[in-house]
Amino acid sequence: MSDFSRRKLITAGLTATAGVLGLGAAARLAQKYGLVPPDHAGFYGPGETLTYAAQRLLTRHSLAREFRPSQISKPPLANELQPLPEAYKRLQAGGFTDWRLSVNGLVAQPATFSLAQLKSYPSRSQITMLACEEGWSYIAEWIGVPLSHVLEVAGALPQARYVVYRSIEPDWWESIDMADALHPQTFLAYGMNGDELPAGNGGPLRLRVPRQLGYKSVKFITSLTVTDSLKSFGKGLGSASPEAGYAWYAGI
Amino acid sequence: MTTVTSQHSALVRVTHWIATVCFFALLVSGIEIVISHPRFYWGETGNVLTTPLFKLPIPSSRKLVPSGYGYVLPDQNGWSRYLHFQAAWLVVLTGLLYAISSLVTGHLRKNLLPAKTDLSWREFSTTIGKHLRFARPSESEAWSYNVLQRLTYLLVIFGLFPLEIWTGLAMSPAFVSALPATVTLLGGQQSARTIHFVVSLALVLFLVLHVVMVCLAGFRSRMRAMITGHAIGDNASTNEERT
Repeated sequence: MSDFSRRKLITAGLTATAGVLGLGAAARLAQKYGLVPPDHAGFYGPGETLTYAAQRLLTRHSLAREFRPSQISKPPLANELQPLPEAYKRLQAGGFTDWRLSVNGLVAQPATFSLAQLKSYPSRSQITMLACEEGWSYIAEWIGVPLSHVLEVAGALPQARYVVYRSIEPDWWESIDMADALHPQTFLAYGMNGDELPAGNGGPLRLRVPRQLGYKSVKFITSLTVTDSLKSFGKGLGSASPEAGYAWYAGI
Repeated sequence: MTTVTSQHSALVRVTHWIATVCFFALLVSGIEIVISHPRFYWGETGNVLTTPLFKLPIPSSRKLVPSGYGYVLPDQNGWSRYLHFQAAWLVVLTGLLYAISSLVTGHLRKNLLPAKTDLSWREFSTTIGKHLRFARPSESEAWSYNVLQRLTYLLVIFGLFPLEIWTGLAMSPAFVSALPATVTLLGGQQSARTIHFVVSLALVLFLVLHVVMVCLAGFRSRMRAMITGHAIGDNASTNEERT
């Protein structure tokens, strides 16, 4: 009996040691391969890290589902909006000719783009779903320029790990990792269903990230910052969402 | 047979209580998430501009939803979503451990799969008749699952839980980008959401029945059986108090 329990004790001890060492090694590997989200600390960290790591291993290059033109939702839903800031209204009055997108951070040539410049690049379109974390969804055709093209023009440096993007709405900013930033379906969208992108859907410029929930597709984009770390942005949690209590990674 | 012990293995007991905690976490957070859009649809898409399959007659936590109530509930989706997915991971990993070990240890064969002879209409009608008469089970019956219990547990463990996980994953835009068939087979993302909700109702119904049955069978002895693993049948419980 005592022999048996001693054996049990030794086995349990060895298992626990191996477990701790294994976890440590796994954490180092996860950090190295970019499998740890910026909001990994705190009570919900383990769940978030498991979700992000599992999906990055599974979905790094996978394409969001695309739909047939007949599946486009009519009419397209425009979510409720905060009252738009004065700066937006002024630019809207001028037909958005003075709208600028600035690209900075870890790029060879920091640059500023007008909408006309963005529209002069080869345009792409895709029919994808926008799903909100609340539970509703709609399908629309999105027209724009892949974010990867703009990053290439500005010359994103090899040490880039994230792209931070901001709205003209104060305190509305998000970030994505390079797997999503360089993904062929991640668009700077300026058109919708064959027309201009309406203000209600984020016009004149919205970043569409179709493999994540709607709140990652920030409306009224004015700037992009390429970076190797999110620690110095806001509270260092990656974006405004975790600061408001929502997960940074919204691929779920 | 004098003293009949329950013989729940340590693994069954530990996984049972982890699953219980996760179940309540998923239920509370799930209710919070549903409140932000208490409307259900069929197909790929659905929103306030489309006709719902059905809606819940409750107020919503978002202004966008025409709930018919003059007020908007506080938004609790942030922590609810964090908690929902964390509890989902824990219950899925626990469930995998349970499922694999129940195959290896024979728990599935011994305690859950009904004997061939039990799968007859006569056996069904006898068991149902006993239930309807509230007949007190014999001691050997009391600590073994009858055919109805076995089929219910099998349906919940290997039917409803996997379907709930599947429909949950089918709502993830990233997951379905890698495995699109997981959502198209269900008829679309909103269909997945609706099935996820209906299955959760079935799981709550199971939980209510399960707790009622535990109370009818003897709450204290059954709880002791699932906690310590050494409970003794009701008839012997007075003996056990003394030992």
